[in-house]
Amino acid sequence: MSDITLSVQGLRKVIGKRTIIKDLSFELKRGEVFGFLGPNGAGKTTTIRMLVGLIKPTSGTIQICGLDIAKNFTRAMRHLGCIVENPELYPFLTGMENLRHFAVMISGITQARIDEVVQLVGMQERMNDKVSTYSLGMRQRLGIAQALLGKPDVLILDEPTNGLDPSGIREMRAFIRFLAEEEGLTVLVSSHLLHEIQLMCDRVAIISKGEIIRVDSVQQLLSSEERLVWRLLPHELGRAVLCELTTLLDETEETVTTTYTERLVGEWNRKLVDAGVSVLEMNRKLPALEDLFLELTGGESIG
Amino acid sequence: MVNLVQNEMTKLVGKRRFVIISIIIIALLSMFSYAQVKQAESIKERLGTVDWRTELQQQIVDMQNRLSSAGQWREQIQIQIKQSQYYLDHDVNPAEPGAPTFMRGFVQNSAELFLPLLIMIIAVDLVSSERSMGTIKLLLTRPVSRFRILLSKYIALILSVSLVIFLFGILSYIISVIMFGNQGWSAPVLTGFSTQGDTLDISAVRLVSQWQYIIQQFGLAWFISIVVGTLSFMLSILMRSSAAGMGTMLACLIAGAILSNMVSSWDSAKYLFMVNLGLMDYVSGSAPPIEGMTLGFSLAVLAAWMLASLMVSFTVFTRKDVY
Repeated sequence: MSDITLSVQGLRKVIGKRTIIKDLSFELKRGEVFGFLGPNGAGKTTTIRMLVGLIKPTSGTIQICGLDIAKNFTRAMRHLGCIVENPELYPFLTGMENLRHFAVMISGITQARIDEVVQLVGMQERMNDKVSTYSLGMRQRLGIAQALLGKPDVLILDEPTNGLDPSGIREMRAFIRFLAEEEGLTVLVSSHLLHEIQLMCDRVAIISKGEIIRVDSVQQLLSSEERLVWRLLPHELGRAVLCELTTLLDETEETVTTTYTERLVGEWNRKLVDAGVSVLEMNRKLPALEDLFLELTGGESIG
Repeated sequence: MVNLVQNEMTKLVGKRRFVIISIIIIALLSMFSYAQVKQAESIKERLGTVDWRTELQQQIVDMQNRLSSAGQWREQIQIQIKQSQYYLDHDVNPAEPGAPTFMRGFVQNSAELFLPLLIMIIAVDLVSSERSMGTIKLLLTRPVSRFRILLSKYIALILSVSLVIFLFGILSYIISVIMFGNQGWSAPVLTGFSTQGDTLDISAVRLVSQWQYIIQQFGLAWFISIVVGTLSFMLSILMRSSAAGMGTMLACLIAGAILSNMVSSWDSAKYLFMVNLGLMDYVSGSAPPIEGMTLGFSLAVLAAWMLASLMVSFTVFTRKDVY
């Protein structure tokens, strides 16, 4: 079996006269966490709904482990686990009844496997309570347990940290990394938070207005877009020195912003000190999603 | 497939649908049977005797008195008089008091509106509730085709309808036995009336035991419920909200009850499903809403509506994009 677990070619969706998704193509490999980054309304959820078979694409193919979901829906779905938007489960059933409900829809799932996923998400103690009594974090975990039941090769999570508290978010991130690294799953995660994608993903696709504008490794993407904010004394002299060394991207009355290049920064700092400028502050700054978008789309704003 | 149907039944039980339905049936039954007892008492008081012959005689006189001022009801009253006269002449008590008689009356009166309403409680949100809860996204991303998912829901619906009819029968039996006693199962009941214009055709009339008659009634009630259930099921797929589906179906049923009384000169109305729900009336011998309608015709119309709505349901459900 090849390393490509999810392959999307020329995916388009037209609703009425509007083209919502324009010609998406990408491939996901075994064991990687892939981020889907874009503002609300960019087409992330529509794309994910097409990937899981809820919406039929106007054209293009989606293959999960080599199986086309349009032609071989049930066999392709056997390799997929997903949560689309919120983890909605039956509130009037208990956690265990919910899992059993979904387990019988996949052939060959035993009670032992159900217990195993419950263990994996750490929900043993609450399984016999009704889901209506669960907190959002617990529902999220039960949702993941449900997605993992069939030992999928591809796991698709739409905004998995939405509505979780900070410790819940950290736990979720660690869990997603664990699934990819230890269990060899391919995980597709969507988010509108750059910070989140950066901490969790290996590769990221940036999507805006139904188009992928860039697919890259997170490292690459960030290093090319990272900024350094300087606070110097005296300001004028420091600014002049930096001006000779690199291009100034932005400045305020007190600060100067330059690009960040790891191997040169030490050198710049020494030159400033040599020139008699004291460096009060050097602040490495990640681009905000807004800035990244402005940069990548050449001035097109979010939304 | 069995597993999928089991899932659907688990969800219905989890939503306490059958408990609610049982409570409604019990509440209404108690009211009706109590009213019946009261009525019997007041007639007894008025006539000073419970002899049914006197009572029937009195009813015939009452109807004859109403005849002159009846207007459009004239035909029906005449038929009723003839029918009552027939019972009297042949010494057959049309209302042999006891549990079976009460059940017979209760099914007869509930089949057109009350039972369909109970079925709607189940059918109308079978699909739309999955959508409003959002669980449809989980349901449709399993390795099971949409066709099988919908089929399992429909089978669950048929099972539930049967269960509701069963509950209805058992509960009405238990309560009426307590109120009226268990006698009268083999009492003869007349059936096979047919009407031509304003004449009651008694050529095919025969006597059947009351229990046979009740079984036949329950069969017809089951069929009506399945048809109404199937139509509600379709609305549950076409409409996002359960309330909208419920409203539409209710409007149809009530329109049917009203139309049946006023469409006698609008001939093509006989192809509407709601005008055909009065299957019980054919058996008991009341005039059909439109001349020329027969039991067979109504069954065929209802079956056609059911098949059409099933086709719409499956076509829409297997193709629709889910947002």
